Amino acid sequence: MSIDLTGKVAIVTGSSRGIGREIAHTLSKHGAYVMCCGTQQEATQAVATYIEADTKHETLALQVDVSQSASIQNMVKQALEKWGRVDILVNNAGITRDNLLLRLSDEDWDAVIHTNLNSVFYAVKASLKPMLKQRFGRIINIASVVGIMGNAGQANYAAAKAGIIGFSKTVAKEYGAKGITCNVVAPGFIQTDMISALPKEYLDTIMATVPQRRLGTPQDVANAVLFLASDLASYITGQVIQVDGGIRT
Amino acid sequence: MSVSEEEIFEKVRAVIVEQLGVTEEEVTREASFTDDLGADSLDTVELVMALEEEFGTEIADNDAEKLTTVGKTVGYILKNTK
Repeated sequence: MSIDLTGKVAIVTGSSRGIGREIAHTLSKHGAYVMCCGTQQEATQAVATYIEADTKHETLALQVDVSQSASIQNMVKQALEKWGRVDILVNNAGITRDNLLLRLSDEDWDAVIHTNLNSVFYAVKASLKPMLKQRFGRIINIASVVGIMGNAGQANYAAAKAGIIGFSKTVAKEYGAKGITCNVVAPGFIQTDMISALPKEYLDTIMATVPQRRLGTPQDVANAVLFLASDLASYITGQVIQVDGGIRT
Repeated sequence: MSVSEEEIFEKVRAVIVEQLGVTEEEVTREASFTDDLGADSLDTVELVMALEEEFGTEIADNDAEKLTTVGKTVGYILKNTK
């Protein structure tokens, strides 16, 4: 069974690189109009242009600061002005500011909570109005296994990602009757710039906990998002799908 | 040109019939959205959204909370639209 998202409008935050870029590309390959959002205008535009050239489906690039409610509201407004709907919202934007809790500054705590968690609240709230009117919406929030398991050095990141999970389950309950689903994809260790920043010895230690003995790819994550965005997943809501090669939790 | 209370009531009634799936007869000015028309909290939020669209106006959240009956809603719209 092939997945057809023709005519659907998707917003993907944090899509100038890594997992977000792959999600945007994958949704576009399956026919969706995709709005690529990133902090850097040029990089985001380059990705949107590349995707559109490859898939021949319209894209739009927008510079968005997801930690700012007004910026997010503008994002949804732009998508509505361009395409008149918002069907799929993928909250993927995220940052890390790792440190042991004892050394974690208030600023680094706040930055991660604002960018990784508050952004999800802003974006879902802004998208709900059009989704309610359409009686259709697919919200997919990208969390992390770290939000389920915890991880030394990432108290802020783990808290934000765990927050996304509780938030998403609540959205699923509030809007389930209105044709809107909300699910979470929780990636494990995926080959991205975020992971490349880790020391090699630490990566080896991590790998020992992954039954598949490899890092995941952005495509592995995008495939799960694609499934949740599709009609195949219409009866799935409030769930957390771990894409992590089988890490024990 | 001003719009009469009756005209607004009719428009509001049409929106309510559409949103809540009730009959025109049930939508009296005294009817309470939750007690008489079977609206849950989410229905009332959606109803406010639909009314905002119908009348091209914004209804603030703390005002919306007070609009518990059809009559109060009509009165509010009459006061807040030209």
